[in-house]
Amino acid sequence: MSATPWAIAPRTSFVPARTPGPPDAPSTSADTPADTPRRPAGGSVRFEQVGKTYRACAGPVQALEGISLDIRAGSIFGIIGRSGAGKSSLLRTINRLERPSSGRVLVDGQDLATLDEDGLVQLRRRVGMIFQHFNLLSAKTVFENVALPLRVAGAKPQAIRERVSELLALVGLQGKHDAYPGRLSGGQKQRVGIARALVHHPEILLCDEATSALDPETTQSILALLRDINRQLGLTIVLITHEMGVIREICDEVLVLEKGRIAETGPVWKVFGAPAHDATRALLRPLEQSLPRELQQRLLAQPPADRPSRRVLELVYTGEGGIEPDLARLAAALGGPVQLLHGGVDRIQGHSHGRLVIAAANAQPLAAELEALRLCHHARELGHVADHD
Amino acid sequence: MSPIMIDRLIEALLDTVLMVGTSALIALLAGIPLAVLLVLTAPGGVLPWPRFNRVAGAIVNAFRATPFIVLLVALIPLTRLITGTTIGIWAAVVPLSISATPFFARIAEVSLREVDAGLIEAAQAMGCRRRHIVWHVLLPEALPGIVGGFTITVVSMIGASAMAGAVGAGGLGDLAIRYGYQRFDTTVMAVVIVVLVALVSLVQFTGDFWVRRLKGR
Repeated sequence: MSATPWAIAPRTSFVPARTPGPPDAPSTSADTPADTPRRPAGGSVRFEQVGKTYRACAGPVQALEGISLDIRAGSIFGIIGRSGAGKSSLLRTINRLERPSSGRVLVDGQDLATLDEDGLVQLRRRVGMIFQHFNLLSAKTVFENVALPLRVAGAKPQAIRERVSELLALVGLQGKHDAYPGRLSGGQKQRVGIARALVHHPEILLCDEATSALDPETTQSILALLRDINRQLGLTIVLITHEMGVIREICDEVLVLEKGRIAETGPVWKVFGAPAHDATRALLRPLEQSLPRELQQRLLAQPPADRPSRRVLELVYTGEGGIEPDLARLAAALGGPVQLLHGGVDRIQGHSHGRLVIAAANAQPLAAELEALRLCHHARELGHVADHD
Repeated sequence: MSPIMIDRLIEALLDTVLMVGTSALIALLAGIPLAVLLVLTAPGGVLPWPRFNRVAGAIVNAFRATPFIVLLVALIPLTRLITGTTIGIWAAVVPLSISATPFFARIAEVSLREVDAGLIEAAQAMGCRRRHIVWHVLLPEALPGIVGGFTITVVSMIGASAMAGAVGAGGLGDLAIRYGYQRFDTTVMAVVIVVLVALVSLVQFTGDFWVRRLKGR
């Protein structure tokens, strides 16, 4: 018995690694990976003071308020927030499954509020969408599911067959044409969903918690596929998620939504490296490693008088200004043996971001001097530990 | 049983099958569009039209509330208008289909309403128009439930067709009343019951088979 058929060609492998932009790039809005293919064609979204109010039994509920934002064509844009933050409502205004109560949404400069039914159908063919629960038609085969958007658009059977085969090959589901969705795994179902969303050559792909119902391994393979599609086809991807890991994995820019308002927005490495809003910090917490318990217990506020000890320093890297954890320079500056106790460094869009906890000799330099030497962004003395022997 | 009795029994069985079969076909063709309309026009539906929905719902309820034996008599003028007569199987088809249509429509409506709202949203997001949503999403996804509901409708129509004997419609029920009850012929009564049980079982078995086939995908 072999593994699932699509596992024969794992699609993660040929996805080119996200090449970093120049690490010391000036921190402006143009701060993006340099090699993302740019299509002159559309795919940009602009929100202008978008608000949405629902009428509920208990009175009006403000789901979105004052959202103004630009999503660049060809980028992968993540919207994150706690449940009920309005992510889903915001995403659905892009294909007008949701009508804003105030403000405007423009796709490639076109105001969506002006569209009649025909215009709306045309728009929705330019904007594909995938869902958390896949939303495949259980009474139709994989082929028929992917073919449906073309059939309702009146495409010729021959053209439909070619296009569907092409897409099923793209998502790695060759040979599953005649299977019913009920017989597929979650990851395979989402691949069908992606194929269906891409069938009209859309400029924008909306992902509504597309990986939230999948296990971690499948999540990785779906994210790799999305990144691959973004590279190959140059389409804009707007995704919503409540997992910071997803944003870190594939997004260029992120919007943190809190109670229907923008908490913060910017390139992922910046928002991750130096979160400015409490909501962002709360969402980042699961990714952070706290100090191990055992180390915390050994930590002393003052160096013990009776025994030799070392001091414990925390070095934080935010990714700003090209400061990297250069261990050789660090050891030289600290003068003497340096022990790495704990920590980790992540690379997001080519920027090192993370935290190291080290033990060094009880001497100069002070934490502030390490910052001045550009050895880290922030340094802090956590305390002292007595040597074991 | 005498050979004449056996002939009468076969004739009655054919009458029942013809009566129920024709009425069921009419109920199917009228019930599904009615059910689709009820679902589409419901508040929050694909084509919300609350006033129409309320009126249609009230009419359906009125027919559902009227006992079949009463409906049978109340509809006599209409039956005469349509078929030109008030006796015989064709006269029975009119009240049978009129009573079965709202019944079946309600059952089909429940199946249609249970189609996941996410599927309708996905269809809208891929650029489907309303008729596409009905044809490609609502009906195929609700089909197992509709087939199951149709089976229930047919079985209850076989029961109702016995009452149609009251307007001289013939059929198995009529035979059992006239010979079994009024002439104390217990054998005829027993045979009719056995034939009816076999008929209902056959309908139920066929319905269940198709529901399983459709759900097995």
